[in-house]
Amino acid sequence: MDDTRTLRFFNRGPSPAARLVFFSVLSLLLLFVDARYQYLESTRKVLAVIIYPVQRLTALPGETMGRIAVYFETQKQLLEDNAQLRRQHDADAAQLTQLRAIQAEDDQLRTLQELKQRADYPMQMTEIAYVERDIFKRKLFVDKGSQANVQAGQVVVDDKGVVGQVTRVYPWLSEVTLVTDKDHAVPIQLLRNGLRAVVFGSGDISEMSLRYMPVSSDIVVGDVLVTSGIDGTYPPNLPVAQVVKIERDPAYPFARIVCVPLAGVDRHRALLIVSGLPTLSERPATSETSDEPERARKRLKRRKP
Amino acid sequence: MSSNLPKDQEFLLPASTSFIVFSLFVAVMLNWLPWSGWALALRPDFVALVLLYWCTHKPHRIGVGIAWLVGIFADVADASLFGQHALAYTVLAFGGIVLHRRVQMFDLRQQAMHVFPMLLLSYAAYAAVHWQVRGYVAWEYFLGSAVSALLWIPMTLLLQSLRRPRRDPNEL
Repeated sequence: MDDTRTLRFFNRGPSPAARLVFFSVLSLLLLFVDARYQYLESTRKVLAVIIYPVQRLTALPGETMGRIAVYFETQKQLLEDNAQLRRQHDADAAQLTQLRAIQAEDDQLRTLQELKQRADYPMQMTEIAYVERDIFKRKLFVDKGSQANVQAGQVVVDDKGVVGQVTRVYPWLSEVTLVTDKDHAVPIQLLRNGLRAVVFGSGDISEMSLRYMPVSSDIVVGDVLVTSGIDGTYPPNLPVAQVVKIERDPAYPFARIVCVPLAGVDRHRALLIVSGLPTLSERPATSETSDEPERARKRLKRRKP
Repeated sequence: MSSNLPKDQEFLLPASTSFIVFSLFVAVMLNWLPWSGWALALRPDFVALVLLYWCTHKPHRIGVGIAWLVGIFADVADASLFGQHALAYTVLAFGGIVLHRRVQMFDLRQQAMHVFPMLLLSYAAYAAVHWQVRGYVAWEYFLGSAVSALLWIPMTLLLQSLRRPRRDPNEL
């Protein structure tokens, strides 16, 4: 039998099949550990630092194009933009003075009624470094990380509303999961009547869904959803989405409600990270105590309104 | 193909280690460009293609181990689970090595048809992991494997012309 075999002059190491089995098992092991536990985050951070220069290099063409476009913008356009921005600023300033008056009034009323005072949250500016290239997920990376005191769980907003939540922090980058990510839950309140609910991402860039709302619930097309702030993760009263379609089919217990995110989830470059999470009072001892945003989110998922 | 070598000697073309590393690096850069929307769904997986090229043409230089390592870096860059790309590229490299003699017997068009199922298998491995962990699959993801298979032809021509030594100094 042995005579028919070819002689092996060179030692090539283990056969491809053996390597396949070895590396597949290694991959599956890593997958299991990474999906179930958080042991590998430090390894991930080290590797992320190694590949950071390459990532910035790949983002360079886009940034350069943007800069060149800005350079060639004519003076006329700039003047127009400036004038428009000044008008906007005037309008905003007028509203802002009103807001200040209302805030003072609100503070006074709250003091009278012995309610907790509303807090302002410090924000820091950040820019999108690059967008996730994985078709399965709605995530993006911003160019501030643990070096700038960003923490996982912080909320990212733009000028219109909530964009997402910081889910992983690297030294110079942070990963932001958008509100439109599949099954990402945001606890909200209807601006019109204060009805509380949870809005879920659908995995589609321009769609969110309001689940588990009874067919008879008081929601109409055009309702604006703002964060309720009762989860301890999202600050209250940030706009999230707007209802665009409602299907009430009596055959199903819940209405099918489609919303669109108000924030330009896929439009802007500049974003704000809300630092300073609201501190909630202690939970009663009977329930599980945890302040991790991940688990808080899961808890919220279970709590159906 | 305007080759001065007979077709069955294409695999004898030299390939320096630095050239292999450079080609992989360029592929990684192409993969990490800011793709989004439909471009992302149709984006060919350049890294998978270049890995497959070297696995079929230089199976003793680039193998399952290197494919796995590249996959780990891809996982970190894409914020996917550790081992997700690694598993997909491992399967792909194994396919390439097992079929490397067979693939080289055919012309480019037929090679692309051989490459397609291998890419599909690797894409399926990636999607299967995602389905197991998060419970759904975005089907348009698989379009990328077909685009990648189509890109096999121009990419092979490019890499082979870069590997071919220039004997005549007057040649363009």
